[in-house]
Amino acid sequence: MKNIFSSIDPKSSKTTSRSQILFWLVVLLFVIVVFSVFLGRYPTPGLISFEKLQSDPLAQKLVLNIRLPRILAALLLGASLAAAGGVFQMIFSNPLVDPGFLGVSQGAAFGAAFCIIFLGGAAWVTQLSAGFFGCLGLVLSYLIARKVRYGGWVLRLVLAGIAVSAFFSAGLGILKYIADPLSQLQEITFWLLGGLWSTTWKKVLTILPVVLVSLFVMWKMRWRLNLLSLGDETAFSLGLAPGRERTILLIAGVAATSAVISVAGMVSWIGLIIPHIARRIFGADSRYMIPASILIGAIFSILCDDLGRVLVSSEIPLGIITSLIGAGIFAYIMITQKVPTQK
Amino acid sequence: MNEALLSFENITYTYPTGKQPVMQNFTLNIEPGTITAILGPNGAGKTTLLHLGLGWLHPSEGQVKLSNKGLHAYSRRELGQMMGLVPQNENTPFDYSLLEYVLLGRTPYLDPLAMPGEEDVAISLQKLEAIGLAELQHRVMPSLSGGERQLVLVARALAQEPRLLFLDEPTSHLDLSNKSRLVKVLRDLQQQGVTIVFTTHEPDVASALATHMVLMRDGHVLQSGTAEEVMTDSSLSELYKLPIHVKELDGKRIVLWDN
Repeated sequence: MKNIFSSIDPKSSKTTSRSQILFWLVVLLFVIVVFSVFLGRYPTPGLISFEKLQSDPLAQKLVLNIRLPRILAALLLGASLAAAGGVFQMIFSNPLVDPGFLGVSQGAAFGAAFCIIFLGGAAWVTQLSAGFFGCLGLVLSYLIARKVRYGGWVLRLVLAGIAVSAFFSAGLGILKYIADPLSQLQEITFWLLGGLWSTTWKKVLTILPVVLVSLFVMWKMRWRLNLLSLGDETAFSLGLAPGRERTILLIAGVAATSAVISVAGMVSWIGLIIPHIARRIFGADSRYMIPASILIGAIFSILCDDLGRVLVSSEIPLGIITSLIGAGIFAYIMITQKVPTQK
Repeated sequence: MNEALLSFENITYTYPTGKQPVMQNFTLNIEPGTITAILGPNGAGKTTLLHLGLGWLHPSEGQVKLSNKGLHAYSRRELGQMMGLVPQNENTPFDYSLLEYVLLGRTPYLDPLAMPGEEDVAISLQKLEAIGLAELQHRVMPSLSGGERQLVLVARALAQEPRLLFLDEPTSHLDLSNKSRLVKVLRDLQQQGVTIVFTTHEPDVASALATHMVLMRDGHVLQSGTAEEVMTDSSLSELYKLPIHVKELDGKRIVLWDN
């Protein structure tokens, strides 16, 4: 790749440099993970020293059993939401879409609350329930959009998504109303704020297979994803089975999203803004955009979680921090860059 | 057995949302190595015809055959290697560079999960050069004019290296010099043995390029044959329901219309 580019156009070794940036993002992610392991409020805000970690058994326990799974969860959360957001934006040819727009997030939230109240709220059941209702949200949005007889496909999907999301929010309201205020309601409320304070190894390991497989599918199919962003007749003429391949990618996106949501609750904005940032640095080509979204999403999410647990002693829910920063970045992107949308 | 590369046999097609068939008992043979222009008023079914030929739409009745075999006998990938499409326009909301966009045309030759390699990049660059846009290779698609975008779509179809190329109104956004460039590119392609089918609203372009012509109206073939047979005052006048004159000037046919 390198030779071709440099021999034909000496001024651009764009492909090489993009791979290099990706490599440095991997390094950065690694550094941030290590940094975050040492960062915390034990006993005072700041970094734990090496000596303390070697001598203090409680510090070791804290790092191994609480911080490490939590950081890993933050990594999976950011990677999944950003990758799924990137996939959704490409598939719907619209840079303003993320799983939250199509009833997936609200559906998953409803599913989790439903599980907390009626099914006992065990980790894997919550995940399954959130996943099921997340998919249901997407399917409902899709079916309703197909029945709408006006507007472009994306407009129809977004309108249908709004209706489905509102439907699930109402359902969630009912569930909150009937929930036991002393136990269940608290659990639901914390879950809706989004946060990773209750992360355990068990929870992380439960979602790990689903997340890894989904990320792998999205990463592997990223070249095909480029074609799916162009419209079905073009994708077909270039040898794809657009319906089938789109379904596989959507399922991967919804599965990853629902899995991390079941652990972290509602953490918004990552799926919308991270792909934008990735595209700004790497261009639209999913060969780079998807891995970049995964890496930048993971970094962003870990840093936000670091802020949440270090800034104040009682901890700020992650969902609040990502919304705060995400909305700011989103406004900045909209002001400084033309967000191209035609449908 | 017939000699045709692509044949439409008694095709009837109704859109899933429609009641009236847009195409009825449609029969047409495309001979290998020819350039066929499909002419007809808006709504005649020209684009539908291309989509049926491509296999993107399935006829309600009848069969489309490629080299005497029904399209279902081929895999998607095989179809992608044999037939290319230049759509009328394409929504491109994302900042793909021209080179990345043309590179997408190599997909039918890649394994399902593979990424394009050096050779694919070289071929794509060569096609961008052929279409005259090599110096713009790092510009992004949304920054192009309508005509430039149309040429990039052609370059992508060239990178696909199909045996049969469909173009849907390929000159609709092009200025005169780009029109003549496209005509030349397509002639070269024919020299290399590629069969071409294109729809157009411009009889001039059809007459400059086509060896064969099909006049379509309301989903029927009004007339089809070689360009000489079809390009006549009477058949064009009948097609557009407008007095039309075909004149010869320096060995070229020129189409004039009264208003």
